[in-house]
Amino acid sequence: MGPNQASPDSHPDPARRRWMAVLARATAAELGALVRAAGPPAYTVLRGPEGGLVMVRGRAGGGGAPFNLGEMTVTRCTVRTDAGQVGHAYVAGRDGTVAELAALVDAMMQDADRSPALDAQIIAPLEARQKARQAERAGKAEATSVQFFAMQTMRT
Amino acid sequence: MMDSSTLSPGFAAPVIDAQVTFRALLDAMAHPGAAHAVAPLSPPAPLNQAAAAALLTLVDHETRVWIDPSAAAAAPWIAFHTGAPRVAEMAQCAFALALTLPDLAALPGGSDEAPEASATVILQVASLDGGRRYRLAGPGLRVPETIAVDGLPADFAALWRDNHRLFPRGVDLVLCSGDRLAALPRSVSIEEV
Repeated sequence: MGPNQASPDSHPDPARRRWMAVLARATAAELGALVRAAGPPAYTVLRGPEGGLVMVRGRAGGGGAPFNLGEMTVTRCTVRTDAGQVGHAYVAGRDGTVAELAALVDAMMQDADRSPALDAQIIAPLEARQKARQAERAGKAEATSVQFFAMQTMRT
Repeated sequence: MMDSSTLSPGFAAPVIDAQVTFRALLDAMAHPGAAHAVAPLSPPAPLNQAAAAALLTLVDHETRVWIDPSAAAAAPWIAFHTGAPRVAEMAQCAFALALTLPDLAALPGGSDEAPEASATVILQVASLDGGRRYRLAGPGLRVPETIAVDGLPADFAALWRDNHRLFPRGVDLVLCSGDRLAALPRSVSIEEV
């Protein structure tokens, strides 16, 4: 589940990978509003939403051996729209609403006729918001960063 | 991924329904031949409710399952809800889902040191109320009990004798019809009447 697990170009379905990642990071409130606005189809829940644990693995340094960092809570859900598309979602945390909505949007996005419109309506706004949030956090972190050039100067 | 537009839901309340079905299986194993109702479920054809509920309850990603080729239509549903690996060789399975009685000798029967390493056969039968009559005797039965099963082969009593003789090795059989199941553990001796 890390950003460095599979490079996007080696993924069998990079487009789906992108929208699933965006959906997994959305909050229940923003996702709920966007899905309602898009007019969701009728659907059946096939599984969940149910909670579980996923082992997160880390790597010591750049080339160190992998180790088990710890388990994180993950909620998953699978739905099938009445048109027959099956959508999956694995979302960090315990919020079943997000998992169900994300699975529903995943199913809707697989309808090739609707997916460009839905992308503009749901995925793109979410992605923009997430990028803005990330940029804001990165900016705050950047402001407190310390340049460790002292060691380098001593050695030379 | 085994996406399929024909996938249907599993148990409505996964924890409670699996516990109800597990209790039914325990009671069925403890009292051979007695039929017990399982939790509600609408499985895909050709599975019946009892066989599907038993699979959802007993099978998970650590148990290898052999699926009768004539029940292959239900394989994606079983894989989706249980995550169990499907094996082509009957001899490697922990659970076998069968529509007709498989060769019991071809299934793993465990060893004398580890009799629990044997297979459990989940067999769909037409009825637990009619058909051939069998007298059961053994642990769990104070007096011999007579059951009627429609869907077992004509020479079942002889086939079972070979399985029962292996005790403590041997396979266990769960008979499923409609929403009810009955068990024939390896410890029970069976005579046709």
